[in-house]
Amino acid sequence: MSERMERRAVISGAAQSEVGRRLYRTGIDLTVEAALRAVEDAGLTTADIDGVSTYPGFGGSFGGAMGAELHEALRLSLNWRSAGVETAGPLGAVHNAILGVATGLARHVLVFRTVVEGSGGPLRPGSGGGGGGGMAGSAGPFQFMIPYGAASAACWVACYARRHMHDYGTTRTQLGAIAVNGRANAVANPKAIYTDPMTIDDYLAVRMVSDPLCLYDCDVPCDGSTAVVVSHRDYAPDAPAGAVGVNAMGTAIRGRPSWDQFDDLTSMMMRHTAASMWERTELTVDDVDTAQLYDGFSWLTLAWIEAMGFCGKGESGAFVEGGVNIGPDGSVPLNTSGGQLSAGRLHGFGHLHEAVMQLRGAANIQVPGCEVVAVGAGGGPETGCLLLTKGPS
Amino acid sequence: MRGDNPPRFVLASSESEFYWRSGADGRLRIQRCGECSRWVHPPGPACPFCHSRRVGPEPVAGTGTVATYTINRKEWIPGFTPPYVFAFVELDEDPTVRIGTNIVDCEIDKVEIGMRVEVLFEESGEWHVPLFRPAGTETS
Repeated sequence: MSERMERRAVISGAAQSEVGRRLYRTGIDLTVEAALRAVEDAGLTTADIDGVSTYPGFGGSFGGAMGAELHEALRLSLNWRSAGVETAGPLGAVHNAILGVATGLARHVLVFRTVVEGSGGPLRPGSGGGGGGGMAGSAGPFQFMIPYGAASAACWVACYARRHMHDYGTTRTQLGAIAVNGRANAVANPKAIYTDPMTIDDYLAVRMVSDPLCLYDCDVPCDGSTAVVVSHRDYAPDAPAGAVGVNAMGTAIRGRPSWDQFDDLTSMMMRHTAASMWERTELTVDDVDTAQLYDGFSWLTLAWIEAMGFCGKGESGAFVEGGVNIGPDGSVPLNTSGGQLSAGRLHGFGHLHEAVMQLRGAANIQVPGCEVVAVGAGGGPETGCLLLTKGPS
Repeated sequence: MRGDNPPRFVLASSESEFYWRSGADGRLRIQRCGECSRWVHPPGPACPFCHSRRVGPEPVAGTGTVATYTINRKEWIPGFTPPYVFAFVELDEDPTVRIGTNIVDCEIDKVEIGMRVEVLFEESGEWHVPLFRPAGTETS
């Protein structure tokens, strides 16, 4: 296979700030903490950083800090900066950093995603959590859902989950395996929000939110920042913690870019996004040692499992039931740091951070001999993914 | 949920205004292309298929099928008293025209995928918000 441009990039550093339910710290404060740790982790100084990339950046109502704020806070001198919400989900910030490095615009790009949704207050009326809806109304596509009280992504994802159950016989007990698996793994993560043991019976007994999604199907808002440094692969031998290779990235948005008008009510855009990733690599799903798949809502993880090809279409419920396949000793250890359901809504970057730790052999629940990790983040029309390797690809 | 008069936060654009006003005469209208006759929803400035700008609202029967739904148990917006049903309804004229709506005049545990429904409208300020109820519901 001809050289893929993303293979010119590696992840040389990764770090997180303090993470908590409500920290009452500013977004830029958390961002600086994560960024400085990531730069140090990469064996660099801020003078080496010549690029910044973030999601969602200015105008993103659910962002914790702008790229320009970090630029200013650390007095960086940049050749290139990029921030935006119209990407392949939150990992779009990583895709953009890879593009910046691969095209030679920058050599070391600091990438971050900061959330202050824990102390930022409860979901505001009509704020369209997770989907970027408007406040009291929205002239965009959300105008067709907000007037009906469907103000949260929970309502929209619940509709897909219901149809998946209807068409494929997926059960709540199967869906609950995602939450139970996440909780079991979160126990080993010192930054996780929820670590009390959870059984499937606990899951089935908790209150409904948007039926068929219950409280434990919804991730927990938190405060925290995750930062990674994307560097040119030439730097890999000098990365003190070991460089993680970018084997392939998935960015495709081939269907209608919509939460409500996507052609298939049992899958979402990740179906195309994951397919586009596999089109860019000689590796296959059988090579994946662990998967870090977005669980903003548990059903999104089922959709990612099918999109990635760990099982066939409609088979994800049976695949995860009982948690054996997705447990630490299973065929595809899943969300090994607890995911967002238990470790906090770091918006895909908790999954990314865990992927890097797994490939370094430094995870709290380490998958032995881990060499390939699939990371997928986002839901609805905003999905992106990465196939990462131990060392440059 | 009917009778609660929940806050219908309609913020129409110039392209969608007709949709939220259409019920004034009791008819639901969907944008349709005057060239290729395809239905277009949400409405836009041109036909996404043939790119004709000759697009405009056209009445539909107002009947369709529940494609999927959720029963909201949480008060996402103050005034929307749970439980209430949010659903996607696919219209008979073209099932790719999928409409977000509330299912009303029906016990919430009677709503199901595949259920036949018909439109009705709830006045909210200057708007007539399309809702759906089981097909053949007797009007009182």
